[in-house]
Amino acid sequence: MITIDNLTAAIDGKTILNGLTLEVSAGEIHAIMGPNGAGKSTLAHVLGGRPGYEVTGGSVTFCGQDLLALEPHERAAAGLFLGFQYPVEIPGVSNVQFLREALNAQRKERGEEPLTGGEFLKLAKEKAGLLKLDMDMLKRNVNVGFSGGEKKRAEMVQMGILDPKFAVLDETDSGLDIDALRVVGEGINAIMRAPDKGVLLITHYQRLLDVVTPDKVSVLANGRIVATGGPDLALRLENEGYDAVMADA
Amino acid sequence: MPEAATLPTTRDEAWRYAAPDALAALTPAALDEWQTITLPPGEERAKTLVLDGQHSGLHRLRLHVGEGARAGIFAVLTGGDYTRLEVEVTLSRGAHFELGGVTLGGSESTREIVTRVAHAEPEATSNQVVRSVHWGRGTGNFLGSIDVARHAQKTDAAQSFKGLLLEKGASVNAVPQLEIFADDVKCAHGATVGQLDENARYYMAARGISPELSRKLLVQAFIGDAFVSLEDEAESARLMELAVARLDEQL
Repeated sequence: MITIDNLTAAIDGKTILNGLTLEVSAGEIHAIMGPNGAGKSTLAHVLGGRPGYEVTGGSVTFCGQDLLALEPHERAAAGLFLGFQYPVEIPGVSNVQFLREALNAQRKERGEEPLTGGEFLKLAKEKAGLLKLDMDMLKRNVNVGFSGGEKKRAEMVQMGILDPKFAVLDETDSGLDIDALRVVGEGINAIMRAPDKGVLLITHYQRLLDVVTPDKVSVLANGRIVATGGPDLALRLENEGYDAVMADA
Repeated sequence: MPEAATLPTTRDEAWRYAAPDALAALTPAALDEWQTITLPPGEERAKTLVLDGQHSGLHRLRLHVGEGARAGIFAVLTGGDYTRLEVEVTLSRGAHFELGGVTLGGSESTREIVTRVAHAEPEATSNQVVRSVHWGRGTGNFLGSIDVARHAQKTDAAQSFKGLLLEKGASVNAVPQLEIFADDVKCAHGATVGQLDENARYYMAARGISPELSRKLLVQAFIGDAFVSLEDEAESARLMELAVARLDEQL
């Protein structure tokens, strides 16, 4: 589904990703763990196409397409969803307006008919219900005045509505209490656990992986993948720490 | 009696950001053309103005707002090389004046909103919201003066200006001027200038929204402040559409 080959990337001339190679197949949830500063968020934003993140080498193939040749909004239309560690507030633009514009822009890019207002609201209601987010929250401006947990749940509602093929979720569990973590985790399972979908789940903690069981776990350190294993690798990291696991790798 | 014996130049404080060529073309007759509106006590009225390409140049409006009356002016300035809207307001006791003004323009255009709000009697309130969006070498100006007379106690006056510059080379000027002779009053004013939030645009792009559409949505959100107090929703939507259409035409 996505093949990242020997990817190098820099911010302000400083190399952050240093020959990163990783493949996620359809039907797979692949967790990425790693110490602070390893390049996890950089990987997410390079895949998203954030301005200022310069790809200096390597390639990313997404569903047969050269992902890096696409503009950020074209990547979204191609089926990529990036869940933000820090979702952005947009004063003056309501969630409903934002998401309807986004969904219809994606549909247009794919040559599909736009959803009507009624169709969209029905879909939004269903997905908000899945994440236990009050529909009134969706009438408010995008992320404005939302708590940390509400922002993360709203991200998952967005993911539910946009229904991507592949999601890169950057520390979606950070800032969540135990109950919200379960709701968000179950949301990820409900929306993305499918034979034709894939997830790159960036996290620091085992607790999200208790709800969303990964098929594979990789350790990212110093800008490259240094170890890959099954769900037990995450448990080992939790018990022994990065240094011990990386020393064995 | 003509009011202007001599034509203004950019040396005059009230005209200092105007386009010099446009000033040279002004005539005494144009300067004397004031539209006067008197709102009787207790009445409520909102007027909308669209100063597009067919309505460029100087527009002068004089408003007398009677006791307890509420007047609103909602204006969108989008057309011509030089367009200036002047509004002179005199507020009676307990009257209210609301201004929502938007200027948009690129190339070499200059758009100005000039207000003089006189709180002549006690307990009157006024609220002015001006939003300016410019690109190319376009300029947007807001010169707003508030005069509070000595006995106009319990005056509550507010003025908010925000400029949004979409390209290098565009500019906005804000000149708030408060003259307050009463001691029990509230007068607030604020002015900011900024650019589009690129973080928000990236976030929107990550959801599939093109750069053109994200710019449009953010500009809409930005100028929306000016129409918050316009209760007629259809009219508000019409003004918004006209404003945003200008953006689509030119960028």
